[in-house]
Amino acid sequence: MRVVVVTFPGSNCDQDCHRAVELSGGEPSYLWHREHGLSDADAVILPGGFAYGDYLRAGAIARFSPAMEDVVAFARQGGPVLAICNGFQIACEADLLPGALMRNRTIRFHSFDQRLRVETTDTMWTSSYEPGQILSMPVAHAEGNYEADPDTLDRLEADGRVLFRYVDAKGDASDEGNPNGSARNIAGIMNEEGNVMGLMPHPDRAMDAVVGSVDGCGVFQSLARHLSSAGVG
Amino acid sequence: MSRYLLEVRVVPRAGLLDPPGKAIHHALHSLGYLGVEEVSVGKAIFLQIDAPSEREARGRVEEMCRKLLSNPVTEDYEVSVLGEGEAPAGTDS
Repeated sequence: MRVVVVTFPGSNCDQDCHRAVELSGGEPSYLWHREHGLSDADAVILPGGFAYGDYLRAGAIARFSPAMEDVVAFARQGGPVLAICNGFQIACEADLLPGALMRNRTIRFHSFDQRLRVETTDTMWTSSYEPGQILSMPVAHAEGNYEADPDTLDRLEADGRVLFRYVDAKGDASDEGNPNGSARNIAGIMNEEGNVMGLMPHPDRAMDAVVGSVDGCGVFQSLARHLSSAGVG
Repeated sequence: MSRYLLEVRVVPRAGLLDPPGKAIHHALHSLGYLGVEEVSVGKAIFLQIDAPSEREARGRVEEMCRKLLSNPVTEDYEVSVLGEGEAPAGTDS
């Protein structure tokens, strides 16, 4: 699988994503935000960081960069797009995903390992996990508080498009287990077509036992499996 | 052609959690300002626009608000014209 990682000025997880793709047997490459060129891509990653310094709103300016024109077109044609952390914020601003990410209710920048629950495995992003599996992944954000109107939230739930939820030590999606105030403990969602996934936690930083977790591998393995079953090497 | 000074006020939508507003509210209470019922934090953006009319200047800024300056999911905006002067010679919109 050929996976293009988009680098914006202020991205800081592009190398983690690059390595995650390598570790998953794929061929990663970078695309600078000012450039075009996704014609050879099998999938795209919008990495974490602080694109354009998060000026105005996180993701607000990044969404108008030349590379994003290609990413939006790629997504509209059904190309898989994995949007992590700041990438999730950019994807919401670009209308690739519904809702918005607001300031954490604690007003703090969160940087710790967070427990998540896999809500559905019937997707190209989570097929390598077990339903209800509890994962640990780092979170690192100040604006991770997922918000959408109640109709949108109901639709996400009804369609099985909530892929990950924040949970407490018992594995329950309780208020105590919710680090940032996200509606219904939502940590990750996908679009209606299922080809765009956004999540605040970092699977790209949970790829190696030496950093404390390998629970992120499943996202990249799921994608690799999906692409190989679709006939893409 | 005139030059207009406009202010865009972007505020969190009523009813949504506003953590900075809550923090400031809390701090004001700590300082003894007990009568403060609610604090909400938004941002003000000032723009100078050359346009043939105030109506046109306002229309353009409202379009900017929808496209970039505010997030339709979580924020509301308000555009005000603060002043008007002559655009420098040779300015073309």
